[in-house]
Amino acid sequence: MLAATIRVTGDIDVAEECVQEAYSQALSTWPRTGIPTNTGAWLTTVARRKAIDQLRRTSTHQRVLPQLVEPVEDVTFTVKETPLIADDRLRLIFTCCHPALGLETQVALTLRLLCGLSTSEVARAFLVSDSTMAARLTRAKKKISASHIPYRMPGSDELPARIDAVLTVVHLVFTTGHTAPSGADLMRRDLVERSLDLCRMLRVLLPDDASVMGLLALIVLMDARRNTRIGAEGELLLLSEQDRDQWDRRAIDEGVQLVRDSLRQGPAGRFALMAAIAALHAQAPSWDATDWREIVALYDLLLAQWPSPVVALNRAVAIGFADGPASGLHALESLDVEPHLSGYCYFESARADFLRRLDRVDDARTAYQTALAHCANDVERAFLARRLDELAR
Amino acid sequence: MSEYLVLIYGDESAMANADEADFKKMMDAHAEFGQRNSSALRGGNALHPSASSTSLRHDATGKLVVTDGAFAETKEALGGYYLIEAADLDEAIAIAAQVPAPSGGVEVRPIMVFD
Repeated sequence: MLAATIRVTGDIDVAEECVQEAYSQALSTWPRTGIPTNTGAWLTTVARRKAIDQLRRTSTHQRVLPQLVEPVEDVTFTVKETPLIADDRLRLIFTCCHPALGLETQVALTLRLLCGLSTSEVARAFLVSDSTMAARLTRAKKKISASHIPYRMPGSDELPARIDAVLTVVHLVFTTGHTAPSGADLMRRDLVERSLDLCRMLRVLLPDDASVMGLLALIVLMDARRNTRIGAEGELLLLSEQDRDQWDRRAIDEGVQLVRDSLRQGPAGRFALMAAIAALHAQAPSWDATDWREIVALYDLLLAQWPSPVVALNRAVAIGFADGPASGLHALESLDVEPHLSGYCYFESARADFLRRLDRVDDARTAYQTALAHCANDVERAFLARRLDELAR
Repeated sequence: MSEYLVLIYGDESAMANADEADFKKMMDAHAEFGQRNSSALRGGNALHPSASSTSLRHDATGKLVVTDGAFAETKEALGGYYLIEAADLDEAIAIAAQVPAPSGGVEVRPIMVFD
């Protein structure tokens, strides 16, 4: 609804006001007239009408109208509305995730405008104050209007890169929710749910896109483990310790099918590759039955396409399980640590784990202490502290 | 349609050490850019190196202070600009991405319009 209204106003703030007024009008008239069968279409039409009225009252009328793609006088409720709504949502998501905006800004705008979170809820997602987030969103909208970031679908040349930008945002929301960087809880369900909503929406809007399939597969496969990641005492459970009977089999089936569909479309993108790795874990009947060779091979492909230090780190961990901790440590030590990995707690904890398995107790102790110094999540900290404790015995 | 200033930043020492052949290549590249985007160009110029700049400020007493050099010391210096007209930022980016800027990059700044 917001998306459709922005198309009339060209201005996000004005569109939000019109949407609010539409809701108010609904609350005052529906008790009298009864609730319409298609409430979405009713609200959208009213919001757009108010937006047109606003435009007529201001001098922007003449400037904006030529940019409108659809004739806004069409106010009949027809099934035709659905593709219109889909187009608007796509336009909105590509605008929110425009590369000219910083990544955190893209995430904030997406949560606010696509997921409908309040400014306060978005602030909580970022662990900042309401006023800080309000200011950030205002600056973002100013950037969009001052530099004329267009409200439209990118052209077919730009589409792959732009879709990748959108998926990066959704992926970031998911990973932040799947393993919270800080705080008392390991997971933030609200962010996981939002990322699922967004990804499912993208799947409907872009049904043939392989990378969208890949990301949805990754999210459902990883989330299939949600009930087994925390033990009875609130402690972290590793993949090797999780009760695989409690994994969501339906989600795993869906994820595996999506991976297959994605790979059938052509050369695998990074999300499909990550999903394929997750699928291998999900399908292994036990930790010991995990096909580590295949996982390392997938990481090789992923790294070739996405030479990120975090991917290289994950690959080293997989090598450690395929070939033993000495090989894993060697792979780890050949990584370029500066500037991205130093102070990255997973780098330090991976190193600590290899050293522990190699019985290099003193080195392991130092590594676990370093990892603890850089870890801000309470559940993960408790795990690292336990490992440190076990070393002493 | 909106106007944007495309500011060209680069490594000045690289440009200073360029020989005649490199210089000609650069000029040809700019000429080609100009031809390919002629309908969008509203102006543009190369600038003398930042060492040739003179900066003016007013001190606390309101007195004019004249200093040698650019206003702000930056790693890459401003070397030239184009003024372009484009439908939106995407179009401006598509044009600006073609500007020859081998040792640095370009900044795309929207022109403010006062109603």
